[in-house]
Formats: sequence, structure tokens, C-alpha cells
Amino acid sequence: MTWLYIVRKEWTLELRKKSILSGLLLYLFSIVFILYLTFSQGVIQPLVWSALLWITVLFTAINTIAKSFIAERRGIFIYFYYAVSARDFIIGKLAYNALLCTLMSTVGYGFFILFLEDPVQDHGIFLLTILLASLGFAFSLTLISSIAAKTNNSHVLMAVLSFPIIISVLLMAIKVTKNCLDGLGWEASNDELLILLAINSLVAALSYLLFPYIWRS
Amino acid sequence: MAVALLTYTTMAGFLADVPRLHIVNETIRALYFHVPMWFGMVALFFASAIYAVKNLRTPSITNDLYSSSLAHAGMLYGTLGMITGMVWAHYTWGTFWHWDPKQTGAAITYLVYLAYFVLRISVDNSEQRARLSAVYNIFAFAAMIPLIFIIPRLMDSMHPGSGGNPGFNVYDLDSRMRLVFYPAVAGWILTGFWFASLRIRTRQVEEHLSEIEYENN
Repeated sequence: MTWLYIVRKEWTLELRKKSILSGLLLYLFSIVFILYLTFSQGVIQPLVWSALLWITVLFTAINTIAKSFIAERRGIFIYFYYAVSARDFIIGKLAYNALLCTLMSTVGYGFFILFLEDPVQDHGIFLLTILLASLGFAFSLTLISSIAAKTNNSHVLMAVLSFPIIISVLLMAIKVTKNCLDGLGWEASNDELLILLAINSLVAALSYLLFPYIWRS
Repeated sequence: MAVALLTYTTMAGFLADVPRLHIVNETIRALYFHVPMWFGMVALFFASAIYAVKNLRTPSITNDLYSSSLAHAGMLYGTLGMITGMVWAHYTWGTFWHWDPKQTGAAITYLVYLAYFVLRISVDNSEQRARLSAVYNIFAFAAMIPLIFIIPRLMDSMHPGSGGNPGFNVYDLDSRMRLVFYPAVAGWILTGFWFASLRIRTRQVEEHLSEIEYENN
């Protein structure tokens, strides 16, 4: 269970450093606060609400995961290269990023309820969607961030490489959100949730298979 | 190899000429040009992904060259497919572009491969460029291309073949069209591979020339 150690190591490091986690939370908070100031005058249409929520979640996810490879020092990688196998390392990273991403999106949703309104009618389905979408973001962005970290202009490339891959997850999530806003129930969103699950497992499997090739360099 | 490629080209030349004889001003004839473009694009991208896998297994400059050249040819087909589709849409739907799910899917594919080329530009080390772009190629192909076939089917589209519009099967009932359509698909796919091979050969010649120059100096 080497990957569990990596998850634990990331978590303790995160708590010890504090700067990243609190920075991200503040980032999330300020986005929602700006949205609140912008929309405090009138009523937000449910569709606008969903667009705002997903944009916020997407950007937070990109910022959260970008740091997992781009912001780390070189020495750490060399240490890990000798200490653990690539497979364990990527599973650990995927698991940790999934955890962090889910946490961030849930907190983001909480901020949205607090500052804006909560037009969602089926909370169960919606939370499941948030969970699945965050997993999708985390799985696909982790590999992309490891690719981008190797290049010259990693931050620009991170966005460029990830958007096309993310779009499919986002499309499905937005469709389910619309169903949740209308209160259509499980039958309406079954297919989309299954597809989200399928995308997630596909992307996670691909990351697992392809990562060792990136790791070598 | 050159002989095999030449047979390819002559075959493709003859086959691709067939549909041109049948042009009459009916929009169904877009089937001969528009649809083979997409078939060709998917075939080329698939071949590109296969060479990317090969490249990861046994890294070599040739495999990388094949992979990127095939992707280039695929981009050309994507562009042509989009243009032919837009011309057809202009006559049938009234606008060149109106965010039909199929068009959105095509645009996403386009973005994926543009990102692929941006990634290639931004890595200096050629060995690393080959490996990173191969990983992204496989990731993008496996994660995106199936989705382009699945997601539009879930949404309402005005594109032929979905939403109660007549698709392939109706056209194919006319066996005369099938006689032209299948050779057109084969011809365009072969031509696409010929385009890619041209690029590969010019690149190889260029490299060879620069080697000679280097030795002479």
C-alpha cells in the first residue's frame, strides 16, 4: 500500500505548509464574493447560477491540481523516483488530487449556498454529480499537469491541454445540473451519470498506464 | 516502401477521381466528400495514436515523425470536413455554423489536436518532445474521440443520421450511391495516408540533407 503513504505524505505536507490550502480556499472565497457583489442587486437565473458554479469549480480544480506537479521542487521528484515505483506514485497522486478536488468543489458549493441562493431541487443527485465531476477533473488534470510541468511555459500549456479533455466532463455535469435544477429525478440523469462514471474510469486507467513514460524523464 | 506508397497513390488517385464524375447539384452529394473526410480524419488520428503507442514502446525519431505527420494530415482532413460541412449546412440549414452538437464535437477535436501541436512546439528537447506528445496523443485520442461519437447521439441534433433525420441507411438503400460512396471513403483515406507519407519523406530528406551538410562542414 505504498500509494497510501503518498496520500498521507501529501496531506501532512499540505497541512504543514498551510499556504497552498489556505490560498486556494481564499481564491474560492473571493470568486464567490465577487459574484455575490455583482449579483446582489437582482435575482440569478438558475441557468446562470449553474454556469457560474461550474466555472468556479473548474478554475479552482485547475489551480488545485496545477500545483501538484508544476509547483513541486525538482529534488522531491528525484527522491520519489528512487523511493517508489511510478504506478504507486500516480495512484497516490490521483487519489490525493481526487480528495482535494472533491473537497474544494463541495466547499465551493457551500459558499454558493451561503452567498448566493440554492436553486437545486435534487440534492442527492447534485452532490453525486459534483463528486463525479470533481473526480473527472482530478483524474484528467493530474496527467496533464505532469505533462505540462515538463515544458517551458507550463501554466499556459496546462490550460490549453486540459480544456478539450475537460469539456466532455463539463458538458455532462452541466446537463445533469440542469435536470437537478428542474427537479427531474433519477431517471432523467441516469445516462449522463453513467457516462461521467465511464469517462472517469477511462481517464484514470489511461493516466495509470501512461504515467510511467512521463515519469522516466 | 516507396513502391508500396506509389501504388497507394495511384490507387488513391484513380479512386478519388470517381466521385468527381458524378457531381450534380444535389446536397446528398455532400456524402461523397464530407463524410469521407471525417472517416479519413478518424483513420489518420487512429494511425497517429498507434504510432504514438509504438513510440512509447520503442522510442525512435521515425515513430515520432510518423505520429506527428499523420496527425497533421488528420488536421487537414478535419479542416476540409468542416468546410464541406459548413457549405452543406449553408444550403440546408441556412447558416454556416450554428452550434449543432456534431459541429461542437468537431470543434473540440480540432482544439485537441491544436493543443497537441502547441505542446510539440513548446518542448525543446526532441526526445522529451516525442515522449510527451505521444502520451498526450494517446490520452486525447482515447479520451476524446469516442466521446465525439457518443455525446452528440445523446443530444438533439439536426445532423443527418440523428433525431429522425434520414442518415446513412436511407441513402445506402440506393445501391448506386453505395458504389460511389465506399470507393470515395477508401480513396480519401488512402490519399490522406499519402499526404502523411509525403510529409514524412520530405522531413526525412531534409534531415538527411542537414546531416550531409553537417558532415561536409
